Amino acid sequence: MLGLNKRDFTLLLIVVALAMLAPFLLNPFPEGSAMAQFNAGYPDLMQKFVIYGIFAIGFNILFGLTGYLSFGHAAFLGVGSYSCVWMFKLLGYNVMPGILLSILTSGIFAYLIGVVSLRRSGIYFSILTLAFAQMSFALAYSVLSNPKFNLTNGETGLQVYSNDPQWLHSADKPDLPHLFGLSMRATHEMQLGAWQFQFNVGYYLCAIIMVLAFYLSIRIFRSPFGMMLRAVKSNNTRMYYTGLNARPYTLAAFVISGMYAGLAGGLLSAVDPLAGAERMQWTASGEVVLMTILGGTGTLIGPVLGSGLIKYFENIFSKINDSVLHSWFSFLPDGMEDFMVTIVHPFVGKGWHLTLGVLFMLIVIFLPGGLVQGGQKIRGLFTGRTEAEQAQADANQSTPAE
Amino acid sequence: MGILEVKNVNKRFGGLQALGDVNLSIEENTVHAIIGPNGAGKSTLLNVLIGKLIPDTGSVMFDGQSVLGRKSYEICQMGISRVFQTPEIFGDLTVLENMMIPIFAKRDGAFQMNAIGATTGEKDVIEQAEHMLESLNMIDKRHFHSAAMSRGDKRRLEIGMCLSQNPRLLLLDEPTAGMARADTNNTIDLLKQIKEERDITIAIIEHDMHVVFSLAERITVLAQGSPLVEDTPDKIKGHPKVREAYLGESA
Amino acid sequence: MDAIILQILNGLDKGSAYALIALGLTLIFGTLGVVNFAHGAIFMLGAFCAVTLSKIFSISYQTIDETQTDFLGNPLKIETPYVEHWFGPEMGSALIDWSVPLAILFSIPIMISIGVIMERGLIKHFYKRPHADQILVTFGLAIVLQEVIKYYFGANPIPTPAPDVFRGSFDFSPMLGFEANSVIYPIWRLIYFAFSALIIGAVFAFLQFTTFGMVVRAGMADRETVGLLGINIDRKFTIMFGIAAAVAGLAGVMYAPINAPNYHMGMDFLVLSFVVVVVGGMGSLPGAVAAGFLLGILESFASTTWATTTIPGINQIIIYLVAIIILLTRPRGLMGKKGVMED
Repeated sequence: MLGLNKRDFTLLLIVVALAMLAPFLLNPFPEGSAMAQFNAGYPDLMQKFVIYGIFAIGFNILFGLTGYLSFGHAAFLGVGSYSCVWMFKLLGYNVMPGILLSILTSGIFAYLIGVVSLRRSGIYFSILTLAFAQMSFALAYSVLSNPKFNLTNGETGLQVYSNDPQWLHSADKPDLPHLFGLSMRATHEMQLGAWQFQFNVGYYLCAIIMVLAFYLSIRIFRSPFGMMLRAVKSNNTRMYYTGLNARPYTLAAFVISGMYAGLAGGLLSAVDPLAGAERMQWTASGEVVLMTILGGTGTLIGPVLGSGLIKYFENIFSKINDSVLHSWFSFLPDGMEDFMVTIVHPFVGKGWHLTLGVLFMLIVIFLPGGLVQGGQKIRGLFTGRTEAEQAQADANQSTPAE
Repeated sequence: MGILEVKNVNKRFGGLQALGDVNLSIEENTVHAIIGPNGAGKSTLLNVLIGKLIPDTGSVMFDGQSVLGRKSYEICQMGISRVFQTPEIFGDLTVLENMMIPIFAKRDGAFQMNAIGATTGEKDVIEQAEHMLESLNMIDKRHFHSAAMSRGDKRRLEIGMCLSQNPRLLLLDEPTAGMARADTNNTIDLLKQIKEERDITIAIIEHDMHVVFSLAERITVLAQGSPLVEDTPDKIKGHPKVREAYLGESA
Repeated sequence: MDAIILQILNGLDKGSAYALIALGLTLIFGTLGVVNFAHGAIFMLGAFCAVTLSKIFSISYQTIDETQTDFLGNPLKIETPYVEHWFGPEMGSALIDWSVPLAILFSIPIMISIGVIMERGLIKHFYKRPHADQILVTFGLAIVLQEVIKYYFGANPIPTPAPDVFRGSFDFSPMLGFEANSVIYPIWRLIYFAFSALIIGAVFAFLQFTTFGMVVRAGMADRETVGLLGINIDRKFTIMFGIAAAVAGLAGVMYAPINAPNYHMGMDFLVLSFVVVVVGGMGSLPGAVAAGFLLGILESFASTTWATTTIPGINQIIIYLVAIIILLTRPRGLMGKKGVMED
């Protein structure tokens, strides 16, 4: 269906269901209960889930298929964000032109960076993309925010001011980002007993776009183009001696994944019309790498899982403070309680980045294939089949051409 | 006029004359072996033939067109396929996928942005690939992870991948190096079968005399960077200059 | 003319730091084939060695002087550092004053052990893994190290002054025949440059004149062959990793008085040092050093008021721009060897 085989179609349905029912799925605990702190069904966080999902899906098209590890993808995210806010400033608060422009500009930007960076592969490529991203960050932070030519508004971040032209704005439209008049902030709240669910326009717009982005990525993975990209990763020499030019293939993958990042950046601005340079920093590039490898590089569902988990834990961990920790360990004797709180304290609250770094290392060391591979291993334990046999079975299933 | 004409090729690395005045002509539809002791310049010559090394002087023409300075994918698209000493295949991909890629390359050229249609929808390509696998007796392995196969199977697959593009010249670089006797014989049989079935020119660079004398119709002996003799296998066998080059006997 | 000399001098200190970090990166890359994203963090740890030592020396106890009162009318509290109590006021204050140079002694064993532990405990297991995994795991390590420092030392820069005697500036003008005070340069930066030159010289001499260095150089040229000779190259590479860590660490210790150390200084310098390595030519030690100084001086020229008013912010991006131009025109870098990292 939809040009997909049965397995992929099922996967798509799962993602659609997850995205559409997220307000329910992510709020399993009643309001006011002790467990409510683990709820994640409020609009801001759900938007982040799907937007960073798009970012990671795009990154996986490059890294998962071609094996080219870009350390500068945050630059495209930033370019997308700025483009979208500029559309708000010039045309008005409708998000559509902004999102389209962010895809376009990040695509052009990715092409320019890709042409230079892809002259090299391996480590060299990673370093080059990192350097380009840091340069973009410096450009956005200081160079392009001077009185003569202010493109990014530097430290303050780019936002809409009341004296901006907004040519297409009219009085009947909301004074906030909207989709043809429907405000992105509009939220329908539903009270079911002790449970509260929120349905937000901004979230559903992002979720629908994420589903489309995911669908497109399945098509790319299963296309001859996707096969060529996997061939690049597998054996560049054979690629060339088979009469194929690997360079345009990798460049196309780089541009596509840059456009995904730009789209994600545009959506970030669409739900919150403020674009800052910190979105382009290397930490942001590192984060998308982690999302992808945590879920499973080169797998379809991996990046979606990875981005959801990282953003969920970021949110939960940041909320935990010492009093929460004390309440968790209160069952222990006093000395032990304090000891445990001291041990855990650096990792929570403001220490989320430390947890992220540790997680990063653990995943790379022990589970380089990510959660998807971990899941396969566990499945293998139960069915008594080895990984190779499993892969064999999967391959047989996914090729209905026989 | 051969399909591949090498004229007056010289290549020097610093003080070492790697190739000295090499003239070589490979006739269409023959199996031509290039042999020689270690350091005779076989690998250098091969690298010149595929455009990887540009000689200091001389020309290399394939079917009337120069190959010098061309990218490897262009040379392949011209009709020269190369089989490597260690089999170069797409190890992460299945056998069938390995076979499909060269067919795509033949059909669509060096780059084709075909990102939306499913691979499984390319019936023609799959059919051709499966046909090729059948003739290689590998059809039941089509969903195997190709990196997990034996060296002999990898070699078989690699040769098949080259053949699926209907090349006019097949270059083999020590195709049986590091192989067990059985695998070596299988490879010889495969090459013989290929030669019988289709019109193809094969150039082999080889160490193993057993392989050379089972296959070659013409042999060029290379010594110290220059062709020593070129003749039929029977004449080469007893040739004093060849014995000298290999065994250091004085004639 | 005096302005040009001043800018060249200004570029030397940053250039020295780039050169020292890039030297270590190149040594590790050349011998082990690993790009160490945690190398900047080692530089940062070095700087925090200086911070730590000066903090330890300044640990004080309080005494209350009843005879004096502070401005609120309370009895005056006097802070006396323990070192002053133990070693007498003069010796004690001298120790505090000299904490940065003293930190050199104390940081060498620490940095070497950090390097060796890193190699034996982590990176060793990644030699046979894909390059992407090596990058990722060292990247993760860099985050962990910098976050740990942030946790204990806070996010703000910690000023760590140089000893009093080195705090002034040196006037080069009379020597060069210019007007007085036209070329003045902080003494500590001068020391930093001399110190870096000394370390770079020592590393090169070590590689050139010792058997150990010979094996390492051979290993950089062709790792497999040296391995085949039956030389236990792994042990030597571990030591090499320790040396690279010590070089970066020392660069960090001495840099503390120039720029107050903060937790993210490592990553800032790392990215630029990578650019330096790429410009110098991957795998070339002289290239790394030359490119380090070159780009440092270039950055200093771009920071002049004239340059920043012409193109605002040019000092922030000049290094990247030059790197891109060099890569487009000389893909191998300034002194890169053929065949290193080429596909």
